[in-house]
Amino acid sequence: MSNEIAPLTDPGLPEHIHRKADVDPIAAKKAERQVGILFLLSVLGTILFVYSYVGIDEDVFIFLPIMGNTNAHQLFLGLGLAMSLFFIGMAAVHWAKTLMPDHEVIDIRKEQRSKDEDRAQFVATVKERGGEAGLGRRPFIKRTMGLALGLVGISPILLLRDLGPLPENDLNTTNWAAGTRLVTDPGNRPIKPSDLEVGGVVQVQPEFPPGKERHLDDIAQDSVLLIRIRPEEFNLTPERLSWTYQGIIAFSKICSHMGCAVALYEQTTKHLLCPCHQSTFDVTRAAKVIFGPAARPLPQLAITVDSEGYLVAQAPFNEAVGPSFWGRDSQ
Amino acid sequence: MSARERVAGQVANYVDERTGAAKWLKKTVTKVFPDHWSFMLGEIVLYSFIILLLSGTFLTFWFDPSMREVEYEGSYEPLSGLKMSAAYASTLHISFDVRGGLLMRQVHHWAALIFMAAMVAHLMRVFFTGAFRKPREFNWIIGVGLLTLGIVEGFLGYSLPDDLLSGTGIRIAEAIIQAIPVVGSYLSYFAFGGAFPGEMFIPRIYVVHILLIPGIFLALITVHLMLVWYQKHTQYPGPGRTEKNVVGYPLMPVYMAKAGGFFFIVFGVTAFLGAVASINPIWIYGPYTPGQIGAGSQPDWYMGWLDGLVRMAPPIETHAFGHTISWNILIPGLIIPGIIFTGMALYPFIESWMTGDKREHHLLDRPRNAPNRTALGAMSITFMLVTLINGGNDLLATHFDLSINQIMWFSRIGVIVLPPVVFVITKRICLSLQRADRELVLHGRETGRLVMLPHGEFIEVHEPLSPHRAYTLASHEQPAAMEPVLADENGVRNPEGVKAKVQTRLSRAHSEQVAKPTAKEMLEIEDHH
Repeated sequence: MSNEIAPLTDPGLPEHIHRKADVDPIAAKKAERQVGILFLLSVLGTILFVYSYVGIDEDVFIFLPIMGNTNAHQLFLGLGLAMSLFFIGMAAVHWAKTLMPDHEVIDIRKEQRSKDEDRAQFVATVKERGGEAGLGRRPFIKRTMGLALGLVGISPILLLRDLGPLPENDLNTTNWAAGTRLVTDPGNRPIKPSDLEVGGVVQVQPEFPPGKERHLDDIAQDSVLLIRIRPEEFNLTPERLSWTYQGIIAFSKICSHMGCAVALYEQTTKHLLCPCHQSTFDVTRAAKVIFGPAARPLPQLAITVDSEGYLVAQAPFNEAVGPSFWGRDSQ
Repeated sequence: MSARERVAGQVANYVDERTGAAKWLKKTVTKVFPDHWSFMLGEIVLYSFIILLLSGTFLTFWFDPSMREVEYEGSYEPLSGLKMSAAYASTLHISFDVRGGLLMRQVHHWAALIFMAAMVAHLMRVFFTGAFRKPREFNWIIGVGLLTLGIVEGFLGYSLPDDLLSGTGIRIAEAIIQAIPVVGSYLSYFAFGGAFPGEMFIPRIYVVHILLIPGIFLALITVHLMLVWYQKHTQYPGPGRTEKNVVGYPLMPVYMAKAGGFFFIVFGVTAFLGAVASINPIWIYGPYTPGQIGAGSQPDWYMGWLDGLVRMAPPIETHAFGHTISWNILIPGLIIPGIIFTGMALYPFIESWMTGDKREHHLLDRPRNAPNRTALGAMSITFMLVTLINGGNDLLATHFDLSINQIMWFSRIGVIVLPPVVFVITKRICLSLQRADRELVLHGRETGRLVMLPHGEFIEVHEPLSPHRAYTLASHEQPAAMEPVLADENGVRNPEGVKAKVQTRLSRAHSEQVAKPTAKEMLEIEDHH
């Protein structure tokens, strides 16, 4: 199978070449000194470390080129540690390379495979011992044991059940309901259309009744971006247009791709961009995806004003916000 | 006998009478290891793992793995009075109010990056030299397992501080879990203890990060090293080196000093990076809230390829019968990585099937002498690089004034077109290098010295290689391709004829070589001179 004509015969290991330190006592002495100096540099590093720990205050800053303003305590602590470790290593390696024996040694390999007689003996032993246990002659034991071992795995899996509740309808709902006021985030103040200028954008949350606290779980579902443009710039179906109010349009801020916050609004092009994977949505066309991996527009929240003139939701979101999931009904 | 020798002898005797260690140690201290710089890559992985254990333990003394909301009162003033999780607050505490805390955080993070980088480099060394071949397939699979676990472990550690950047990463991981058909939202609710983000996640991944995965790591690394020890290390081809021996330096004292010293060097370099190179300054990002995000969100480099794949995925979802399947998440987030890691784990068996080679190999291949394998490796690296580039498409666009649209289309096309192109080019380069080796062995080294012969002809003097060098270049095997068995001698068609044909074709591709000089050719050349 392989190339049969060996082109060259193995000349064997090359002759050992003596290093300077092997033959010249002066060179050996010099190498010894070098190793010693490297160890001493490590000692110096430890001293620097201890001094930095107790001697340099944590709020001392120094200016260094390239690095800029740098915390001196942290910097010299690190440099001390680095020196103390690095030079121990350098000393050991230099010692090994200059002074320790450098004769290459040959060791013989054995094939991994056991000897035939060992393998035969092993098989015979297993057969004999296995036969003594009588598994083959007692099928009832064999089957019941299989059943028991198979079922015992259920317990640890079942134990994991209480890791969390079932999602139920949770992913399809948010805290938005008909008539919920929009409040600023941060600030928690209800807002009027006049608070938002054309070109403006503000993050809002649904107003909570007094005493109810807003958790991150709520923000992860409820966050909405309110954007105001000139009404004539909209390119919407009549239904969607009726969800806006005087040029103010509201979208879920949670990306329909993987749930990042769609935080970048470009005023001139009226595009919303998600910084995670660059999905880009066109605000004038109901957040239609114009670039990137997102497959769906951002859900739009229908808004209007209440009797006091504050912005409120007309209705809850009519679809699930955030990334897709198996049970999401897209119709 | 000096006093010191007597004490040492007594200690050794005490231990040996109770453990019988002398018999094993006698062989161990003279164990031989071949010497080559590329064998250090695996050592770097091991040493950075130890650094991770040490620096990580230090961090656990102050880190509070809890999502309980607290008000920050530490010494970093810009965040004073802000509401945040205890995890984030305690990370700030480590960074600003524990002496050496920030240093250790940075050492830990740098060590993690080095750990992953060294693992990838070590894997490439093993792949390109064919060190994964029989009998080392188990160790290859353990290595692939360690790499996969390393990615998970790194991601979890990156997520623990609960800052705005890491929280965003978890949000993306949650979306991938949620995208799994049928059970996705259930798995997500189990993992997070309810709706995202909940209050359970950080304490849970903390236990996985500091106990479960490091434990598995320790077990796998132990087995990995025991196998290296037991099977003896591979060696590069050269004079005096055969499949039956191992040539190198003994463990004591040379390797003890070199390897021990190298641990300190790796630790020193990591400490230096921790001292001067700021990494993951979480106080700039602020605490996590799902309603906010920073521009230019980037994962650590070993996750970048995955992020790049997700970014370039076409926006495809299937909506049917009240259900949604997100191909734009499933394909780049689960299916392609699954194929990559499974393919990697199975490669030793695939190659052995392609070549029909079932023998043990202890001499490494020079990458050029296995052109097909080298080209496959270069092709895979190209795929990963294109996805990695796309993972940073936003930064590339802003730094180099490019349009993100162009980068995405470059990546989408490049990820399919470039790998095969690189395969062909790499294979050609390998064959050319083989040709150059052949020339060198046959005609010697060009000296650049021109000589005019008496009859006016100019020739360049070639200096013959030393026998050692020539042997190194020409001692490798060049196995012939397999012949397909399409029918037996009675003319009965091989029922697995198609499989045999595929195997033969692959075998032929794998054995494409420039014939190395034969003894006959060498003799002819010598006569000629």
